[in-house]
Amino acid sequence: MTTIDARGLSCPEPVIMTRKALKSKENRYTVLVDNVASRENVTRFAESQGFRVKLTEESGQYRLELSK
Amino acid sequence: METDVRLTKLAGCAGCGAKVGAGTLVSLLNGFRTRTDPNLIVGFDKSDDASVYRLNDELALVQTTDFFPPVVDDPFVYGQIAAANALSDVYAMGGEPKLALNLMCIPEQMDAHTVQEILRGGYEKAYEAGAIISGGHTIHGAEPLYGLAVTGFVHPDRVLTNSGARPGDDLILTKPLGVGILMTAAKAEMAEPSVLERICLQMKTLNKAARDIMVKYPVHSCTDVTGFALLGHSYEMAQGSGVSIHIDADRVPFHPEALELARMGLIPAGAYRNRDYAEKGVRASEKVSRELQDIFYDPQTSGGLLIAVPHESAGALLEELKDRLPCAEQIGWADTPEEYSVYLEKE
Repeated sequence: MTTIDARGLSCPEPVIMTRKALKSKENRYTVLVDNVASRENVTRFAESQGFRVKLTEESGQYRLELSK
Repeated sequence: METDVRLTKLAGCAGCGAKVGAGTLVSLLNGFRTRTDPNLIVGFDKSDDASVYRLNDELALVQTTDFFPPVVDDPFVYGQIAAANALSDVYAMGGEPKLALNLMCIPEQMDAHTVQEILRGGYEKAYEAGAIISGGHTIHGAEPLYGLAVTGFVHPDRVLTNSGARPGDDLILTKPLGVGILMTAAKAEMAEPSVLERICLQMKTLNKAARDIMVKYPVHSCTDVTGFALLGHSYEMAQGSGVSIHIDADRVPFHPEALELARMGLIPAGAYRNRDYAEKGVRASEKVSRELQDIFYDPQTSGGLLIAVPHESAGALLEELKDRLPCAEQIGWADTPEEYSVYLEKE
């Protein structure tokens, strides 16, 4: 499973990274972000590409688990 | 004109999306000692577009400033947009800009031609506005910044604040929304060049024509829709005016491409800050999709005017505006105060 570490980056960079990673056509990805806008935007992007998103938060860091 | 520098790569945030949230600003300035002056018609406490100071019975001074990092790669277009955006606050008060000062920050390694092109854009817009750039201040820094400090004039009895809307007014918006989302998509190289060209043309369009037409009508209130988005600025207008504002989501003009791009998460961080700030005062119908709400929270760079005008005059004003600004629409109305400040409705 591919992990995309987009911590420390602001929009639209995390979406760009996720979009590139999704080209590998896997069924599961993990995306790490550290701000609300990136969390929301990556969630929206993943959902628009047919993924379900499971969110866990730990001290201001967000782990998004994408699965089909 | 071609340039070797991708200006937007040097920018951390997109245009008015770089603006610090309204809530943050209010708390930062809370408790400072300030002087009161009866001639200060509009000051910071009003959360308005510009400050207004009465000089005599015929003349009031309008002052404002605005600057931001590059929103487009063409330095000339960037300069034009930054200047149009700064000048807009004077128009939003019903005034006319007269003097302007350049505010500029440039990386030391930036070539002279690029810097000159940014400034040329600013001078061109100031000239079109009938204003004179009489000086300025330029410093070195990592991220380029450009804008203007603008001084204008208005008749003290004809100041258009954002707190004058009355129940029964219609609301008119003069430029379509979605610019922040489209510029975010452009940064991700997911926006069509033709769309970018369209929004650049819109952003560099002065609100002068809208202002010149508006002042011929008995307008009650006006603000420009910029960093705080349609809903943030509507919220401020409703709060300041003591009215409720009803927006008909079907009538609000926006760039259609922004809808799909919002669904794909190409939304500037400022839109989430705007939602945080205004959401408590906004009641959105379940029929208004998340993407459409995103567009209404999307920070606009050099956005249009939001005008509150009595219903009886709204038709004629809109018709005259449409001759010059075909995207202008009547998007809602003001009513007596209700539980929420802004109601977002949809058929």
